[in-house]
Amino acid sequence: MLKVTNLHARVDDKAILTGLDLEIGAGEVHAIMGPNGSGKSTLANVLAGRDGYEVTEGTVEYDGQDLLALAPEERARRGVFLAFQYPVEIPGVNNAYLLKAALNAIRAHRGEPELDAFEFLALVKERMELMHMDESFLNRGVNEGFSGGEKKRNEILQMAILEPRLAVLDETDSGLDIDALKVVAAGVNSLRDPERAIVMVTHYQRLLDYIEPDYVHVLSGGRIVKTGDRTLALELEDRGYDWLREAASV
Amino acid sequence: MSTRSPDVQDLIAKKYKHGFVTDIDADTVPPGLNEDVVRLISAKKCEPAFLLEWRLKAYRHWLNMTEPQWAHVHHAPIDYQSISYYSAPKSRDDGPKSLDEVDPKLLETYEKLGIPLHERAILAGVAVDAVFDSVSVATTFKEKLSEAGVIFCSFSEAVKNHPDLVEAYLGSVVPYSDNFFATLNSAVFSDGSFVYVPKGVRCPMELSTYFRINAANTGQFERTLIVAEEGSHVSYLEGCTAPMRDENQLHAAVVELVALEGAQIKYSTVQNWYPGDENGVGGIYNFVTKRGDCRGDNSKISWTQVETGSAITWKYPSCILRGHNSVGEFYSVAVANNCQQADTGTKMIHIGRNTRSTVVSKGISAGRAQNAYRGLVKVLPGAEAARNYTQCDSLLMGDKCGAHTFPYVEVKEPTAQVEHEATTSKIGEDQLFYCLQRGLSEEDAVNMIVNGFCKEVFRELPMEFAVEAQNLLSVSLEGAIG
Ligand SMILES: Nc1ncnc2c1ncn2[C@@H]1O[C@H](COP(=O)(O)OP(=O)(O)OP(=O)(O)O)[C@@H](O)[C@H]1O
Ligand SMILES: [Mg+2]
Repeated sequence: MLKVTNLHARVDDKAILTGLDLEIGAGEVHAIMGPNGSGKSTLANVLAGRDGYEVTEGTVEYDGQDLLALAPEERARRGVFLAFQYPVEIPGVNNAYLLKAALNAIRAHRGEPELDAFEFLALVKERMELMHMDESFLNRGVNEGFSGGEKKRNEILQMAILEPRLAVLDETDSGLDIDALKVVAAGVNSLRDPERAIVMVTHYQRLLDYIEPDYVHVLSGGRIVKTGDRTLALELEDRGYDWLREAASV
Repeated sequence: MSTRSPDVQDLIAKKYKHGFVTDIDADTVPPGLNEDVVRLISAKKCEPAFLLEWRLKAYRHWLNMTEPQWAHVHHAPIDYQSISYYSAPKSRDDGPKSLDEVDPKLLETYEKLGIPLHERAILAGVAVDAVFDSVSVATTFKEKLSEAGVIFCSFSEAVKNHPDLVEAYLGSVVPYSDNFFATLNSAVFSDGSFVYVPKGVRCPMELSTYFRINAANTGQFERTLIVAEEGSHVSYLEGCTAPMRDENQLHAAVVELVALEGAQIKYSTVQNWYPGDENGVGGIYNFVTKRGDCRGDNSKISWTQVETGSAITWKYPSCILRGHNSVGEFYSVAVANNCQQADTGTKMIHIGRNTRSTVVSKGISAGRAQNAYRGLVKVLPGAEAARNYTQCDSLLMGDKCGAHTFPYVEVKEPTAQVEHEATTSKIGEDQLFYCLQRGLSEEDAVNMIVNGFCKEVFRELPMEFAVEAQNLLSVSLEGAIG
């Protein structure tokens, strides 16, 4: 589904990704770990098409298409979803309103009819239950005054409603208490699907107890330096990243 | 006497000779301003002596005034002698005969704004006679209002039919000597609207739709007076969201509101004059004096405005909180795009005990526009327990525009509480990307963010207008990002 080859990217003239390779198939769950500042969020932003992230080399193929040639909203409509590490507040914009506009934009792209207010509300309520979210969140401003954990939950709610093909979750587990973590993990697990790929960026192997990944990658210095299965995460928990950095630099 | 270029004296002589009434149609006074012109205007309108005297006092005062220089705006000097101060209403026959003859671009804008079909023709200046509906609509409104005892008419009609009311209240809020532009207006005002709501009456409708149909051509020196008697309520809506084309570059209007004991006046403005092209050519200079007097205890005056038009806007709707427990409110969205300059704000003058004021100002700047908020909160000694809350937010789109905030606070009463909050934000790249990442188009995303930013103001607008105002904002900011 996704094939990243020799990806180089820079931000503000600073090279951050330096030849990253990654292949992800439909139905798979990948975890990406790595030290702070290694480029994990940068990868997520490049995939989503954020302004200011300049790709200097390499290719990204998504469903056989050149992903990098598409505008961010085009990528979103084709099923690329990014759960942000720091979801932004949009004061005054109703949470439900944004969701409905997003869902209908995506449905229009798929050639499906718009949902009317009733159908939309029914869908949202069902998914909110799944996320143990109170309905009052619908009528608040997007992320406005949400606690850190509530913002993360809201991201997964959006994912559950927009039903992307490729979801990149950037540290969705950070800032969640243990109960919230279970709820979010259950939500993500319910979205596992043979047609859908999930990439989770995380610092904690604990998340992987709840959402079992098929692959674990270590991103360091702008590249994937090691790939393994779940046990790699356990090993990282024991040994940290230094041994990999050394390995990578030789 | 030359028939080709009659000077003012000749004209006046001619008028006096032929009488006023028969000569009313189809003439324009040559450019220039002097005492005779003032007399002529008054004579043409068959005004009572008190009004002529008042105009003359204003004119003589104006001669000794200079144009204010302190607003954060720049424009070429205005030549007051090159303006024609009286022009009889133009015959509608000159206008387009049907919608087919109207600039399609204008019609497209009306459509985007969601303006009802039958109103589009009127707004586009199609001869009213051709638009059967509207006339009867207006008549129905008028009947309903007079049943309730509400007087709602043009200023000229009020002078004719209710001179005592006009004499009692005219200039009682904005004196003829108030400021350069208000004084000029007092000398030469052409027409405007008059509203009188009797004691205890709740005006049975928003004075909006009616206005939109009837007052499309109010001219350059407009004067509005609204008087709400004890315990009455009125909601008045000025202007309209449709782009107004106007050949007069300078507009200097005056609005006076008087709220007696327990009365409430809500005055909403949606203003969308031609702002000039991207290079700042053309466009209207809009210098307005708007002031409300909460004269009675427990009265309330609320200004809500959405400003997207004009090349230059200079405007500070104010409240004088004279009555005890009176309330003043100001909610404003000012959009400046391209080369527009806006210098707006409010003044809240606390005089009575326990008076309260709320100011919420949202400034949006895009292109190379400059947007300034200038606010004065003044609490006089004896205004015990007066409270003011001011919130002043600026949103910048792009990096060539500017936002400026000039808060002035003068508190002479120790028990008063004044709070001021100000924020400036760029239309968040982050917010924009967030919306794009969820699949929204850039245009939808910008609209959504801007409307969210303005929400606190929009919800103060009369319902049906809030929607139009949102559409208006998106039309005004088209192409502002990207
Ligand atoms: N706009 C920018 N200008 C300069 N440097 C930047 C910019 N954005 C990111 N960087 C740098 O790029 C590097 C990679 O950042 P990135 O956010 O991708 O790291 P990360 O792996 O997600 O880290 P973390 O685990 O802390 O979230 C960091 O050193 C960061 O400081
Ligand atoms: Mg990160």
